[in-house]
Amino acid sequence: MALSHAPRGACVRGLALGTALAAVFAASGAVHAHGFAGKRFFPATLVTDDPFVADELSLPTVSQQKFAASADEPATKETALSVDWTKRITEDFGVGFGASYLEVEPDGGDRVRGFDNLEANLKVQFYRNDEHETILSAGLDVDIGGSGAKRVGAESFSTFTPGLFFGKGFGDLPDSMQYLRPFAVTGQLGVSIPSRSSSSFVNDEGETDVEQHPNFLQWGFAFQYSLIYLQSFVKDVGLKEPFNRMVAVVEVPLTTGLNRGASGTTGTVNPGLIWSGRYAQLALEAQIPINSRSGRGVGWIAQLHFYLDDMFPQSIGRPLFGH
Amino acid sequence: MLRRRLAATWAALGLAWSAHASAHAFLDHASPRVGSTVHGSPPDVRLWFTQELEPAFSTLSVRDAGGKRVDKGDAKVTQDTMQVSLPPLAPGRYTVKWRALSVDTHVTEGDFTFEVAP
Repeated sequence: MALSHAPRGACVRGLALGTALAAVFAASGAVHAHGFAGKRFFPATLVTDDPFVADELSLPTVSQQKFAASADEPATKETALSVDWTKRITEDFGVGFGASYLEVEPDGGDRVRGFDNLEANLKVQFYRNDEHETILSAGLDVDIGGSGAKRVGAESFSTFTPGLFFGKGFGDLPDSMQYLRPFAVTGQLGVSIPSRSSSSFVNDEGETDVEQHPNFLQWGFAFQYSLIYLQSFVKDVGLKEPFNRMVAVVEVPLTTGLNRGASGTTGTVNPGLIWSGRYAQLALEAQIPINSRSGRGVGWIAQLHFYLDDMFPQSIGRPLFGH
Repeated sequence: MLRRRLAATWAALGLAWSAHASAHAFLDHASPRVGSTVHGSPPDVRLWFTQELEPAFSTLSVRDAGGKRVDKGDAKVTQDTMQVSLPPLAPGRYTVKWRALSVDTHVTEGDFTFEVAP
């Protein structure tokens, strides 16, 4: 599920990432497979939704970003700690749930903490072509209004985002372009639709005001160069651990306003690295705003992600129906 | 509170993690190496995987540039290794195709090429 996070306190970051690094590297050994199309392994990306269904757990995703001031609000630093769990119901149909704990610190204001709205999603993988390393899925993401804390900006209305997801590996390039074969791209395209188009509220002057809730185009891409693919299928260039388990990635999550006064595009460019082990992967990306409306300064996002189908292949890591 | 919950969740994951859990079997390295050029015909092709394999459902073949199979058909699996013998090969390009079934029933497959030079 697409994630938008803000970072949290230093103590939690240290626990979440420091001990996780030690544990996961100690258990390392193998490159792993979720989201396969032929030879292509699509790792789980951090902010671009995956084109496949899987039994996986992100625990945690931690991020920090600073947002520029707007007409109504001061510049704000947002830190998030999130958990996301996806479960296959059948081989090609899955559901997911997510929760984020936010720390919001406006310039000159008090720091507030609380849970953002819970998220739920479902996804159907309807096409896969192994020869051309292609996967297509369709899904629906729901931000459940009123389930989070208003003080951190959780909305009282729900938002529904139907979308399409794709993944394409370039292993079918000709021999003359063999060093481009490790490239892949995944992406998503959806429209977020609030459950109500506007809300009325009483402002500080005691007058009734109306806040519009626009629709937004949610789109983005993850460009990947897989050193795993290079080593296993193109050329063994002698990479040793941990590099032979890495995928270099640049994610570009974007949001474009469609109506009700919202226009223009915001988003970030996230260069980073994913290391894929036998049962889990670690990832770290910078978050570079594409314009001033998207943020101020460079943020970051990190994730520890478990492959439940490899950890528990005979129980919670298998589809509920079929295999 | 949140730290304790995180730690407890990780501990629960670890305890619940089966002692016999395994993962998909991926190609770790090969001989001849992936994409390499070898001088003289190699006696066999050997693949090392990241997991133990199920011998009955793991396969390995070597084909020449024309698609003709050239290995001796005696592919065998020993724990996490798969190998097949080769007759003397003429200089040229060869493709190794493999399919691996790990002991937890996950399937992976792939191919790579190597060159035989005089």
